[in-house]
Amino acid sequence: MNWVAVRMLVGDTAKYVGLVFGISFATLLMAQQISIFVGIMARTASQVTDIRDASLWVMDNKTRFIDEAPGLPDNDLHRVRGVAGVAWAVHLYKGQVTARLADGNYRALVLFGLDDSTLIGAPQEMVLGQLSDLRQPDAVVVDKAGYEYMWPGEPYHIGREFQLNDRRAKLVGICKASAPFTTLPVVYTRLSTVRGFVPQQRHIVNYILAEPDAGEDPVDVCRRIEESTGLMALTKRQFFWKTIGYFLQTTGIPVNFGITIALGFIVGAAITGQTFYLFTLENLKQFGALKAMGVTNVRILGMVLLQALIVGGLGYGVGIGLTAAFFESTKNITHLAGLYLNPYAAIGVGVAVLAIISLSALIASIKVLVLEPAVVFRG
Amino acid sequence: MNAVAQLNSSRFSVSCRGITKEFSTGDTKTLALRGIDMDIAPGELTLLAGPSGCGKTTLISVIAGLLKPTQGDVTVLGSSLIHMRGGALVRFRAQHIGFVFQQYNLLPALTAAENAAVPLLIAGRPRHAAIAAARRQLEILGLEGRTEFRPNQLSGGQQQRVAIARALIHHPSILVCDEPTAALDAVSGSQVMQLLTHVAIEAERVVIIVTHDHRVFQYGHRIIHLADGRIEKDERNEWDASHLSQGNVAPSSSPNSAGCSIRKVD
Repeated sequence: MNWVAVRMLVGDTAKYVGLVFGISFATLLMAQQISIFVGIMARTASQVTDIRDASLWVMDNKTRFIDEAPGLPDNDLHRVRGVAGVAWAVHLYKGQVTARLADGNYRALVLFGLDDSTLIGAPQEMVLGQLSDLRQPDAVVVDKAGYEYMWPGEPYHIGREFQLNDRRAKLVGICKASAPFTTLPVVYTRLSTVRGFVPQQRHIVNYILAEPDAGEDPVDVCRRIEESTGLMALTKRQFFWKTIGYFLQTTGIPVNFGITIALGFIVGAAITGQTFYLFTLENLKQFGALKAMGVTNVRILGMVLLQALIVGGLGYGVGIGLTAAFFESTKNITHLAGLYLNPYAAIGVGVAVLAIISLSALIASIKVLVLEPAVVFRG
Repeated sequence: MNAVAQLNSSRFSVSCRGITKEFSTGDTKTLALRGIDMDIAPGELTLLAGPSGCGKTTLISVIAGLLKPTQGDVTVLGSSLIHMRGGALVRFRAQHIGFVFQQYNLLPALTAAENAAVPLLIAGRPRHAAIAAARRQLEILGLEGRTEFRPNQLSGGQQQRVAIARALIHHPSILVCDEPTAALDAVSGSQVMQLLTHVAIEAERVVIIVTHDHRVFQYGHRIIHLADGRIEKDERNEWDASHLSQGNVAPSSSPNSAGCSIRKVD
């Protein structure tokens, strides 16, 4: 009888396509919005994940997220280095500056100042130029998206110059970096150069990157750093989630995306639920005839569920395919680069789709299950 | 059941005793059947006739095991339907009863052969074997060349013959038909009735037909007139079945070939 259920489903092409479209649309809407939401949230802490050389971040104990850390006294570095279980520790500057380009335009930039001797925190992959060139005077490396933002439509070219705080900055390389939340260019230089690029202030360096000794539990080392120095010490993972948590709690982003995702679920459920319900109602007479001829309620329920699963499976597949195609087509667009179909979103949406179709099938089935087979004799 | 009644019921395929059926809608109660007693023997084509609302459809629904009577007992093929529980009743219907509906109730997505194969699929026969058997059945009923057509590609008469093929494919002992000629023109109606008469006589089946259509009265061995939930009149036809061609049940083109007269029983 499963075969009959399938034939009943695909027999009316318009309704069948409508059902699959409803689920596909809901899947596309939910998967795309969840993936973009996850991607944007991940961007808020993308600089934390980009720095892979160090496991621990040390900062002022009132810091709430990565863009907010105040400067630290220079001797904090030595205090951290003195904590038991710390293998090494280096300074890191992260701040925001304004660049003046050769054509007179201004661009806000995210500026990283790396430890002069080790360059810990440097980008992992260069597109053009050598990382070691960062040791040249006034040298900076900018990320690829940032280059396209600063010099749109122009070919990659190192040796360009611009001004930071009226000081010359010389571009020596283009690197890959994850897009930050604000999509500003990410510029890397040495700490000694940073001191000329940012306005004079007592404490410039705002982070200390550290690594625990081999065999040490990073969380234990963080606790020891906090106890010894009064600073806040977080593992990379903790800092990542602290930053994301800040944005989740203090911005309207989750609410707005949540509304869109909920609308996707509701619209998808409404389209699919109503279409599937009407589809089942239109077949009520056929189901009544089958019941009269000796098909049991359990079998009828199985037939309706099978129809729902086919529609759901196909709709989900098409919807996820369209979502993947969307991200594939936007991966080279600078502002959308780095956003991708999140596998957890795909799984979550799969569960939501299963819930939608199961609910639709169950509601539709009630009509069939309570149907008196004698109805087939009533006109 | 006493010994005499048991003996009587064994001669009949269908026995109804004191059948009452009441429907309730809110506070309104409607008595659709009021103490029906009747017996139907195999090999008989029985017509249930009467005005709308007289209880014909309710009565065949009770006989087919689709409705439970409020009172009384229905024995079909020696089994009391009122004592059968849900699953057993469903199996009983699947095994012993064939249905022909007024609006055919063919599945529009299936071909004629696939539609006719449905009862065998319900019984668990493999699909290819079931469809092959259905094709043979349709050929017997004169639908060769139409087996792969969808219902919307067939005329009303052809659709009803597919429905009859579906009703007969699993060799049921009882065939229950609801207004099988209501949606058909005179020629198609006559063909369908000849077919059903043949089905009753040749295979010693009980064929019960609910009808409004006076044109089909000539085909019934017996005509039970219902009025207001009671049997008003029970008549028997004396007629010549020689017009039914032997070995070929494909209907002839003659719409009125069954010469017959009606006599009243008792």
